[in-house]
Amino acid sequence: MDFQLSKEHQMVRTLFQTIAQKEVKPYAQDVDEEERFPKEAYEKFCRYGFMGIPYPKEWGGQGCDTLTYAMCVEEVAKVCCASSTLLSAHTSLGTWPIYKYGTEEQKRKYMPKLTSGEYLGAFGLTEPNAGTDSSAQRTTAVLKGDHYLLNGSKIFITNAGYADLYVVFAMTERNLGNHGISAFIIEKGFPGFSVGKPEKKMGIRGSATCELFFKDCVVPKENLLGQEGKGFIIAMTTLDGGRIGIAAQALGLAEGALNETIQYVKERKQFGRALSKFQNTQFAIAEMLTKTQAAQLLLYKAAIAKDRQKSVSLEAAEAKLFCADVAMDVTTRCVQLHGGYGYMREYAVERMMRDAKITEIYEGTSEVQKMVISKYAFK
Amino acid sequence: MGSKVLNIIVCIKQVPNIREARLDPGTGTMLRDAIPSIMNPDDKAALEAALRLKDSRGAHVTVLSMGPPQAETALREALAMGADEAFLLTDRAFAGSDTCATAYTIAAAIKVMKYDLIFTGRQAIDGDTAQVGPQIAEHLQIANISYAEKITVQADAVIVTSRLDNCSYVVKAKMPCLITTLSELNEPRYMTPGGVFEAYREEIKKITRRNLDADSKRLGQKGSPTHIAQTCAKSAKTTGIVADHLNSQEAAEYLLEKLREQLIIS
Repeated sequence: MDFQLSKEHQMVRTLFQTIAQKEVKPYAQDVDEEERFPKEAYEKFCRYGFMGIPYPKEWGGQGCDTLTYAMCVEEVAKVCCASSTLLSAHTSLGTWPIYKYGTEEQKRKYMPKLTSGEYLGAFGLTEPNAGTDSSAQRTTAVLKGDHYLLNGSKIFITNAGYADLYVVFAMTERNLGNHGISAFIIEKGFPGFSVGKPEKKMGIRGSATCELFFKDCVVPKENLLGQEGKGFIIAMTTLDGGRIGIAAQALGLAEGALNETIQYVKERKQFGRALSKFQNTQFAIAEMLTKTQAAQLLLYKAAIAKDRQKSVSLEAAEAKLFCADVAMDVTTRCVQLHGGYGYMREYAVERMMRDAKITEIYEGTSEVQKMVISKYAFK
Repeated sequence: MGSKVLNIIVCIKQVPNIREARLDPGTGTMLRDAIPSIMNPDDKAALEAALRLKDSRGAHVTVLSMGPPQAETALREALAMGADEAFLLTDRAFAGSDTCATAYTIAAAIKVMKYDLIFTGRQAIDGDTAQVGPQIAEHLQIANISYAEKITVQADAVIVTSRLDNCSYVVKAKMPCLITTLSELNEPRYMTPGGVFEAYREEIKKITRRNLDADSKRLGQKGSPTHIAQTCAKSAKTTGIVADHLNSQEAAEYLLEKLREQLIIS
């Protein structure tokens, strides 16, 4: 067991930190304030190879491991959570299922475009009446000769409207429940496919979130991902990886808020001395640093396991549950330490606290993570 | 040059990240462990210039550094940015080199290598001497063009726009030659994530005293005529006042007045 990052990982972290600070942070507040897609970050991610970090070079990726990818999401989330959402949804949810389950032809067609960022990826599983209960899918796909016809809708889809490719789930056999779900690769221009208005959200306001509509949407037969009926497995294994991305994002939020707060309490004076001189502040910072460190260890363990184990359901669920919990707790306490200023939008911790909440909800709520984890306890 | 590969050697130095580095009170030299190290900014611009030539017309880019074993990190960074090969000149025999011994040692290493162009940064942010580049050129008996602003390769020559204080001049030199660059020359690229991991799989070739055809008396502290008498912090300069739109008569009067105000003349 080695708790030291390798020299490569240390160097690549410095790279992510530099790019996040110089190229992403300057837009973070504006992206939130204006509720706009972080296009500057997206351009930079494409240019600097961030869109395909954990994929092999032969598919146009950077050939790095999952830990490197997680550190990238973490560093970006320290300064701009919405930008890290774009990256995580693209890499873990939009690209991974194609890399893992795609045919050679599908991979040849889509992987280089995805890993370079020419195509932005997205993922559509959730429906208005099928959140945690994904077996209640109403979107259907019917095979008609050389194509499927998709009908239905998806909700809360990250990167929607900006994405070029969506991995979408639909029922091919309604009476089979989860076993009747199939996965499809949908390109943005497919006839019968449209994107709804952007949702107004509490946090990650720069992240594009919309509804997807399918009205007799024509999907070529060769865009079925995996086999018919394998959609549920594809969705669940994809989300295992996605949870590592969200855990990394949650961790980054906690670390980012702590960085801001440590700086603030050193400067802010009350009763004639800096807040950092009060034991209440010192203890709060100490507790938050310790929790954040613990969260990082759980996340890195899951990330390393992803490259070594067949399944990381348990590790990913634990990491996401804990990191999201830490993110919510730490950002809330950081706002508290900022006092009135922390409630003002001018201060980054205000945004970070709003952003943190989603990490307890999307890609499986904290309750879902507990369901996954407890399943292993009673196996 | 036809199909011949252009060989570029870029000399880089690892330097402490901040200018207010702590000094050893005994020797007056820098305490290197106390602060994080980076690739010297002018040198990074030199590397970027070389990599741009590689991108635009093809070139083999070799990076070379002289320093303690940890200078390897700067070379790995250069590889991660896109350099093809890296050499580290490192030996206790080289310790304590001033610019004279450093240039002699680097030139001794370079003279057995293939090169058409040598790029160095103008100066390092730790020593600020700006001497090593030109001295290397002298040792190798090749032309030296300093403060490059723009670099174009044309057949067997290089055309460089050099920047002076208020003007630029354009120089054409036959290759091989040495060019020193300013950090303002370009915006150096970032490493790529994958490049970092590849850089660590590559070998940093070490050059020690034994591999070098050099005179021992000219190496390290022994070969360094410079002796640091005293090192102290520079006092801060105040910003100057620009007084334009004055004719020479008015300017002289203005100057006299200011000098009197400051009690410099009476």
